[in-house]
Amino acid sequence: MRRLVYLACALLMIAQPRLSLAQGSGPTPELANRQLADPAKEKAASQVMHALRCIQCQGQSIADSDAPMAATMRAEVRQQIADGKKPDAIRQWMIERYGEWVSFEPDMKGSGLLLWAAPLLLLLLALFMARGLFRRKS
Amino acid sequence: MIAETGLAALWLAAAMALLQLVGGLTLIRGEGRLTPVIKPAALIQGALCVVSFASLMWLFYTTDLSVLLVASNSHIDKPLIFKLAGTWGNHEGSMLLWVSVLSLSGAAIALLEKRIDTRTLQATLAVQAFVALGFFAFLLFSSNPFERLFPAPVEGAGLNPLLQDIGLAFHPPTLYIGYVGLSVAFSFAVAAMLTRQVGPAFARAMRPWVLGAWIFLTVGITAGSYWAYYELGWGGWWFWDPVENASLMPWLAATALLHSVSVLATRNALRAWTIMLALVAFAMSMAGTFLVRSGILTSVHAFAVDPERGSFILALMLMYTSLAFLVFATRIGTVKQGEPFQIISREGGIVANNIFLSVILAIVLIGTLYPLAAEAMGDKISVGPPYFNKATVPIALLLMIALLLGPLLRWRRDELKRYKYWLVAFFAVSLWTGVAIWRFVPGVGIFPILGLALSLALAIAAWVPLKGRNLLRTPLPVFGMVIAHFGLAVSVFGMAAESGFSRETLTALAPGETTKVADWQVKLDDVRPVVGDNWVATEGQLVARNKHKNFVLRPQSRQFYRPEQQTSEAALLTRWNGQLYAVIAQPDENGDGRWQVRLWWKPFVTFIWFGGLLVAFGGAIALLGRMFRRPKKPAVNKWAQA
Amino acid sequence: MNRPWLLWLPLAVVAFIGGLAIYGLVVPKDDMVHSAMVGRKLPEFSLPPATEGVEGLSSRDLADGKPRLLNIFASWCIPCKAEAPYLEALKKSGAEIDAIAIRDKPEDVAAFLSEFGNPFRRIGSDSEMGVQLKLGSSGVPETYIIGGDGTILYQHIGDIRAEHVPMLLEKLQEAG
Repeated sequence: MRRLVYLACALLMIAQPRLSLAQGSGPTPELANRQLADPAKEKAASQVMHALRCIQCQGQSIADSDAPMAATMRAEVRQQIADGKKPDAIRQWMIERYGEWVSFEPDMKGSGLLLWAAPLLLLLLALFMARGLFRRKS
Repeated sequence: MIAETGLAALWLAAAMALLQLVGGLTLIRGEGRLTPVIKPAALIQGALCVVSFASLMWLFYTTDLSVLLVASNSHIDKPLIFKLAGTWGNHEGSMLLWVSVLSLSGAAIALLEKRIDTRTLQATLAVQAFVALGFFAFLLFSSNPFERLFPAPVEGAGLNPLLQDIGLAFHPPTLYIGYVGLSVAFSFAVAAMLTRQVGPAFARAMRPWVLGAWIFLTVGITAGSYWAYYELGWGGWWFWDPVENASLMPWLAATALLHSVSVLATRNALRAWTIMLALVAFAMSMAGTFLVRSGILTSVHAFAVDPERGSFILALMLMYTSLAFLVFATRIGTVKQGEPFQIISREGGIVANNIFLSVILAIVLIGTLYPLAAEAMGDKISVGPPYFNKATVPIALLLMIALLLGPLLRWRRDELKRYKYWLVAFFAVSLWTGVAIWRFVPGVGIFPILGLALSLALAIAAWVPLKGRNLLRTPLPVFGMVIAHFGLAVSVFGMAAESGFSRETLTALAPGETTKVADWQVKLDDVRPVVGDNWVATEGQLVARNKHKNFVLRPQSRQFYRPEQQTSEAALLTRWNGQLYAVIAQPDENGDGRWQVRLWWKPFVTFIWFGGLLVAFGGAIALLGRMFRRPKKPAVNKWAQA
Repeated sequence: MNRPWLLWLPLAVVAFIGGLAIYGLVVPKDDMVHSAMVGRKLPEFSLPPATEGVEGLSSRDLADGKPRLLNIFASWCIPCKAEAPYLEALKKSGAEIDAIAIRDKPEDVAAFLSEFGNPFRRIGSDSEMGVQLKLGSSGVPETYIIGGDGTILYQHIGDIRAEHVPMLLEKLQEAG
């Protein structure tokens, strides 16, 4: 049943981005919907935001979501970038709180290694399979 | 009565499919007594399915609320077009549509196909009936669209505003028709393996179906992408969401198949590989349907989820694909290696196309299923856009490089030096574009630069196959190919321009204030309430000004009631060189009288979908050419041997 | 074909994907996002009172040597109303409960407390969800067990039901 409630909540979040009834009301942090003044920093922040998964509306990145939690997370990312933190450190900061799940980009270690190696391995496999097709010049 | 007629027709159609299958089984021991039944049974099955589907459509047209499906999916006050679209806008109806198109395709093959030998034709129809039977069983035993409801309600279920969208009414059936086309290719491939007739005649018979399916899939994906772009309100057009991937994978397989089948038809090579792709394409379409329905992966598009039906589709998928691959493993060894060719040849180019497309397909499949596999190992991870972009874009760029030259090459063998001037020209265009962007526009990523450079070269290269031809005597499929390849260049240009050069402004404005995005001065003129059928909205009036002209945009923040929900309606200003995308949101709680405004200038973004439609249009031209060519003599082919 | 094993590869892939799909259907999917902060020190924070007549909450209040429960709730959240009696029961059994109200207004919190009771020692107001983010919390309601030294010991996601009460009390006992 609790799962159902959560599912229902998740569905509500998807269909009803800012329903006042279901999500309460409070101030949105300033940096959630304002850019940083420095374009280079904003660009770095934007990349981080696109690589983080929204906690409430599970399929979207926090950059594409209207959920309040996504707004809070955007503000946090921009604040940390403004404070001079490196993008990867911010990703780690989020992972420390929500686990690997929150990052859309698995690390190149452990179980993620195979994932990142896949393109190259597949390309090699395909070339290996295709090599018999060709005839040498006669 | 109409509902009962529809149900009876469905049962009879299922019986016909069974008859076809039994007739097909007698084929194994040579010509059996039931074999001649196959063709007429296919025709009758098609006719019965038309009756059944027409019945359901009639029930929706008259809003017959004594039928459960109508009562729960329609409403007496719905506009007519949405009443009719309601026929397939639900699970049962869409499955009936699926099986009806499947049966009609079978009837069309029975009636029109003259290129392949009778045994292979009969075997194809039998396999087709086998596939259809699964869906008949699904419909009749677990999702009967004609079930009655007693007592009948007075007005039907409420109107869901989100589903009253013309895009949503036609998007799923477009994809489904594409999937059915792939199932026909699947039937041809299995039949050809069984009768050991994997050769050019088989390839020519299968090709129009692959082409047709591929056109529908292309249109479906293009439309779906645009829908997500204007509906979700954050300016993205592809999210690498599991459901999007589910529609992309069959398309990738179909694209590869489309190319390899032409090698088989023209040059009698790539036999086993073409069969393999036909099986994979159908398996991917089933897998896609399963992923969408089962909800085993977390997706934005969660509204179609129904685990029980998901398991039924999974069972069907596993049965069909494992049987087919079993036949493949045991039979394909007897199919002889095709005609040989050299690396530098048209065949070689198409092999490159197939390799790159297959690798992209495998990456998308692995990336989509990886979180599930990781969860089974006790790890909770996400695989999203950053991974998919980094993993697939380089391979897509390789594919584009191969595409520059591939269509120019001769069959069997060719020499690169014949094309040295073209190669130099393509290289010069790419290099010049790349360096120019890198030099004059700082901060553009490597992928957008390469994408723009290659798409410009391809926009030229695509037309070169027409050079030196008498255009009046050039076959339509060649025109189709040229247009489709040009369309791809257009689409990639749009994607690269959008991802490399988009400008974003997020701000809060009080009425009268002005902001800037790219070269546009945008002023919030006014904010006022607007009332709709079942919603109220705050509408912002934005005046966008570039050098000399003013344009008005009216984005809305809508509040629906019954059911209560809030949506942002983006306003789009389309110029030839891009789109201005504006969203207004409800004011902050901070309450200083300012409105949250999001603005994007997306250069050449419309090229993405325009290019996609061009690709489909090229496919349609090629299909016309394939369908209205005088049929050659039924192939007595020196290569076609068991 | 000189590599017959390759022909069986597609079938193997189908089997693997089929197995994965069946796993996905059979094993219920865990849709919850668990906090990765369990086992670590509470982050530093200091929240103002959520409504008149209650005290605000800071991380130092939670690290005063006594283990207690930290409830994340909101007046607009329906499951939070459902769990109110069980929070009351926990309090009666001796648990000390602090709370954080998410995106709430003082008058709404006051109305909620007067209707469903107030088992809380302190209630901080996290109107921008910043503390929720620091805690790795993903929604309302959630209940944490905080050790006396301010370590997060356990996270309960979703509303507390009758069957959870003894379990939470036991874990609280272990912490002390």
